[in-house]
Amino acid sequence: MQNPYLPHTEAEITEMLKEIGVSSVSEIYEKAIGKASDIELKIPESICEYDLLRNFRELSEKNVNFQEYAIYLGAGVYNHFIPSAVFELASRGEFLTAYTPYQPEVSQGTLQALFEYQTMICELTKMDVANSSMYDGASALAEAVIMANNINGKSEILISKAIHPEYIEVVKTYSRGKKLNIVEFEFDNETGRVNLDDLKSKLSANTSCVAVQYPNFFGIIENLKEIRNVIPENVIYIVTTNPISLGILEPPGSFGADIVVGEGQVLGNPGFFGGPGFGFFATREKYLRRMPGRLIGQTVDSEGKRGFVMTLQTREQHIRRARATSNICSNHAHNAVMGAIYMSLLGKKGIKEVANLSLQKAHYLAEKLDKLEHFHLKFSGPFFHEFVLETDLDWSEINQYLIEQKIIGPLELSRFYKEMKQSALFCVTEMNRREDIEFLIGRLGAVFNEINI
Amino acid sequence: MKLIFEKSVSGRTGYSLPDLDVPQKPLSEMIPKGLIRKEEPNLPEVYEAEVVRHYTNLSRLNHSVDVGFYPLGSCTMKYNPKINERISKFDGFMYIHPYQNEKTVQGALELMYNLQNLLCEITGMDHMTLQPSAGAHGEFTGMSIIKKYHEDRGEYERRKVLIPDSAHGTNPASASMCGFEVVEIKSTKEGLVDLEELKKNLDEKTAAIMLTNPNTLGLYEREIEKIAKMAHDSGALLYYDGANLNAILGKIRPGDMGFDVVHLNLHKTFSTPHGMGGPGSGPVGVKSFLKDYLPIPVVEQDQNGLYYFNYDLPKTIGRVRSFYGNFGVLIKAYAYILFIGKEGLKEVAELAVLNANYLRKKMSRFLKIASDLVCMHEFVVDGSELKKYGVKTLDVAKRLLDYGFHPPTIYFPLIVSEAMMIEPTETETKETLDKFAETVEKILEEAREDPEILKNAPYTTYVKRLNEVLAVKQPILRWQKGENVKYTDL
Repeated sequence: MQNPYLPHTEAEITEMLKEIGVSSVSEIYEKAIGKASDIELKIPESICEYDLLRNFRELSEKNVNFQEYAIYLGAGVYNHFIPSAVFELASRGEFLTAYTPYQPEVSQGTLQALFEYQTMICELTKMDVANSSMYDGASALAEAVIMANNINGKSEILISKAIHPEYIEVVKTYSRGKKLNIVEFEFDNETGRVNLDDLKSKLSANTSCVAVQYPNFFGIIENLKEIRNVIPENVIYIVTTNPISLGILEPPGSFGADIVVGEGQVLGNPGFFGGPGFGFFATREKYLRRMPGRLIGQTVDSEGKRGFVMTLQTREQHIRRARATSNICSNHAHNAVMGAIYMSLLGKKGIKEVANLSLQKAHYLAEKLDKLEHFHLKFSGPFFHEFVLETDLDWSEINQYLIEQKIIGPLELSRFYKEMKQSALFCVTEMNRREDIEFLIGRLGAVFNEINI
Repeated sequence: MKLIFEKSVSGRTGYSLPDLDVPQKPLSEMIPKGLIRKEEPNLPEVYEAEVVRHYTNLSRLNHSVDVGFYPLGSCTMKYNPKINERISKFDGFMYIHPYQNEKTVQGALELMYNLQNLLCEITGMDHMTLQPSAGAHGEFTGMSIIKKYHEDRGEYERRKVLIPDSAHGTNPASASMCGFEVVEIKSTKEGLVDLEELKKNLDEKTAAIMLTNPNTLGLYEREIEKIAKMAHDSGALLYYDGANLNAILGKIRPGDMGFDVVHLNLHKTFSTPHGMGGPGSGPVGVKSFLKDYLPIPVVEQDQNGLYYFNYDLPKTIGRVRSFYGNFGVLIKAYAYILFIGKEGLKEVAELAVLNANYLRKKMSRFLKIASDLVCMHEFVVDGSELKKYGVKTLDVAKRLLDYGFHPPTIYFPLIVSEAMMIEPTETETKETLDKFAETVEKILEEAREDPEILKNAPYTTYVKRLNEVLAVKQPILRWQKGENVKYTDL
């Protein structure tokens, strides 16, 4: 089969070998490796582009997708509308096939777009500085915890149990190298908010940081001010947040957060089975030099014209090697630029509108479901666009029934919390239309009879 | 160019959202008073066409693989096939949720399962995780596995990791993040691992040796099997940085060389686009004795042919990120392998090596090559002789921009002075390589005639040489209304 990615003709290969002074490529390998090299891989033969397309379409159709099904799953990946311009612009080869902007003179597109992105993250979170992206929300949180340890040298990490359980797992993995001690504090079973008394009781002279999620994993809006008030000044206050929610919620920067991180997928990136989205990372100016990741800064060229460069690189692995603030090199720049394009299109009004639509519809659904027989809301605390519903029925049976109705149902919380077998986490965004919501309410109203036939 | 914020006009919008179709409730009934946002974020107010023009015009300021030659050493800037982009955008891939019931995402799981197996076959490893998001993330994962392995055997004193001085900066940084102490091993004059140095430092406190093979000079470590034996005899493990796997695809496998842990860069070797610095994907392969340490979950298949996530790895290091990895990137790498097939993989390696040796030969006529040994997929120029013209490697790099070329990786590896690291990849034509060599030679002539030409380069780019010192001295890391004006070109 022809390989359209390779240009070499037989004649050219011959000519090139002659120039090198060898008779075959195998000879180069022999000279370089010191022995003959060739193995027979158990890998299929090549196929043509048309067959590839057909095979992959078939493969993709084995998945149930939420363009065709209604979805009420959130828990870290959310279904928001992505304007067509985001995909079209992000697909440009000049963005997609460029590398890290090591040569700023021919990378101003990347650099300016990321500078704009950094600004937008600062605006949303009300923080001083943001880097140009991390892998995802979970690793961003883990890096924040490590940064806190670098700042104050203390080793006890207080982390809310109402943070996404997978994020906590990642924090634990990252903490092992630095021998940090992870201490989880409880949430209140009535409100769903962090239990301040438990937090207070666990603070010690060795506490490095306190990390909470806003809104938390259960959708509950934490009172960031009250939490800050119980944390001593020298303890780093880390908040992981949903940037869409900040269209309507007072940002963590207003409540004295020291590091604000989160998952940026909601900003113009599709779900993609969980990745790639991007992590964002923002902090206060005084901690700038402790930050992980690439930073884009403004400067001037030799003629005084504004331009952008990667800056403060002495923090990074390629310069400081074993003493770098982090090992991160490749990040999720392309996803961050998709985020910047999304935020440009949405603007200050649009972000607020997406947040409000999600909030209103989630509350509408929650109130209706709370009134159904067999169902009630678990927590009394204020929530954004996710809520926990309890039932005396079996959630896995309910979800099985819903998928037959072309509905991807809520997250069964038993996945993460043994004691929450009767609970499931619902999410609603602007993408859930009223008629679909009413249909879901109808189905859940009938579900007892349906699954007990 | 103006920033998008500087194009903002109050009241303009660029979006269209569904209507609110449920009864509106006042915010104060849903959110406590102090938690409702008081001040709007200062995001730009622009309409759609403005956004499209803005980002289109920005994109045009970038060099990219789609625009031209991009011979960045160690980065494998090969062509990124368009079919992979198209495939990755199918609804059944793009719009699936990580917490859907496994029965409803069998296609995705099948893809991951098959990709794991293909990558095992290509590298000669037994098990593979697709979770890490990038090369450095893979290193962190792999070194965490090695740490846990030693600790589980009670060998807590194995805290030392040996890394050649030619290694990527991520190697020592990743090892150090895992809590290891890094010992740098000097290379030989030829640019290979110095076995004597290695032997001196290898002891019962050594946890691992991290190597790239071929190494960052593009040289194959011929003594690799001996090194593997030395490591294993002393109880240490051997870690493979897959940055340079492109040179040996289908020719020789890290698993067969004796490596215990391997990370790959799907965005280098397997053609997924670099996206301005990411997203990448850094799968990690291990030999069977390390399987239980892999991050959870891994994809497996049951007797009925159903694919599922296995969370039951008793010794797992845990998770290194949320969900399962950069699935969107995995699709593209899988498509690439299936498209070019078994023979294609081998052809990729051979032509990458042919291109590098051809260009090396041409450039050796007017520049000093850092090592006399036959190179593989890349080679390094020693630019110390440029001094005699009064210029530096940086000046040559900047001048290359004027001729439409992206410069090679410069000042790396650190063991070569004024280094220029060149990796043409297999997807470049002979004409391009000829033109590149010719251009570098011409630039050297320019340097001989008038070094100032180089020192002031580039001339044709959108901005001239940028003041990086100023950017560090007075960091401006965001736009603020009215404050960035003094430097603008409005």
